Amino acid sequence: MARNLRFIETEQITQAVAELCVKANVCIGGDIRAALSKAQLRETSPLAGAVLALLSENAEIAERENLPVCQDTGMSVVFVWLGSDVHVNGDISVAINEGVRRGYRDGYCRNSVVRDPIDRINTGDNTPAVIHYDFTEGDFLRITVMPKGFGSENMSAVKMLKPSDGLSGAADFIVETVRLAEANPCPPIIAGVGIGGTLEKAALLSKQALLRDLGEINPQPLWADFEAGVLERINNLGIGAAGFGGRTTALGVNVLTYPTHIAGLPIAVNIGCHATRHRTIIL
Amino acid sequence: MKKITTPFTTKITESLCAGEQILLSGEIFTGRDAAHKRMTELLYSGLPLPFDINRQVIYYAGPCPAPQGRVIGSIGPTTSSRMDSYAPQLIQRGLRVMIGKGSRSKAVIDAIREHSGLYLAAVGGAGALLSLCVKSAELIAFEDLGAEAVYKLTIHEMPLIVAIDCKGKNIYNRN
Repeated sequence: MARNLRFIETEQITQAVAELCVKANVCIGGDIRAALSKAQLRETSPLAGAVLALLSENAEIAERENLPVCQDTGMSVVFVWLGSDVHVNGDISVAINEGVRRGYRDGYCRNSVVRDPIDRINTGDNTPAVIHYDFTEGDFLRITVMPKGFGSENMSAVKMLKPSDGLSGAADFIVETVRLAEANPCPPIIAGVGIGGTLEKAALLSKQALLRDLGEINPQPLWADFEAGVLERINNLGIGAAGFGGRTTALGVNVLTYPTHIAGLPIAVNIGCHATRHRTIIL
Repeated sequence: MKKITTPFTTKITESLCAGEQILLSGEIFTGRDAAHKRMTELLYSGLPLPFDINRQVIYYAGPCPAPQGRVIGSIGPTTSSRMDSYAPQLIQRGLRVMIGKGSRSKAVIDAIREHSGLYLAAVGGAGALLSLCVKSAELIAFEDLGAEAVYKLTIHEMPLIVAIDCKGKNIYNRN
């Protein structure tokens, strides 16, 4: 059967990525804004309540004044889903990196990427991005840009649990990771959790889990219950907003799972800050 | 909320308690990982620091570039613990106050106690709001470090919380 290919120019991708970089850095998602307001109403600690109010005010100022919500405008993590009926006229990775370059320059975002982990010389344009490609049916190209700050990235962790550790071992590892993170990841956090697969699959799932809307409940009842239980335990840690105590250490726990090996139970916890920024476009 | 203006005298630092919210005005300096590494290298070589740190304040922050018509871009605190290995020797040489986010090592807390210092916390992630408190920014040193260069900032009523006071009382200590 003959199929019509849709052609997408690299310039269109570059422009889209540039806009996503700026928007993601300036406008916090509506689900997170709502969760921050809701948490403020529930909060019993006056200091934590003041912090939550200040974070909401910060989100408003950023949007109004067109400023990044945070000075750590992150390393650019880009998720791409390429439809099978799409053909890109050129090098898609080059186009995405050019978009990051343009977006960070025009949006007055901070360049936070160094060319080598040891010599630490800044690349000066926030490239290269970390790009994850996936393939799907259809004639569209979906791009998500997630500027990932390192206050939260540094507190993330991966562990190869034993199958016998089971659900309770997984829950303990998530809670312990958040406990050790203390105030550093700018709580209230979102815990992205990947369980299963291999070492790198669990880590990738944990980052993708951060993309789930806070209003969305895990479609699998077992995992929905697990998430609620872990969230409760995290909010009993007493770290609280900005680490100043109170009930609001996390806004959500999002789990993604994948089949794994008979001998393993990999788990990764990717911590997202109070803003957990991301923006998506479908071309 | 107490309104405080720099420089910090010992009378001021001794009057503040962990958990207190303050509004800080006056001059402060920015400095984070790379600037601390350079300052430490200068000290080891017996060379002077790019600014007199006596009774001064360092804000652990690397701002976004200033959009047109603005003094500075977003400027929230970075994680302070990365500066823990550098801070005690700066405190011994007169640095009095640090602004950042998150807990500090025992060595830093001991130095704060010994020298009647303070550690103030800014709300992590509130970079846009905090940038509105900055009234002027002047490049002081290490221009090649970009966002990690040392800037002298004049701030007006920046909302901060006393995280570790001069007696070593620590707001992050939940036990």
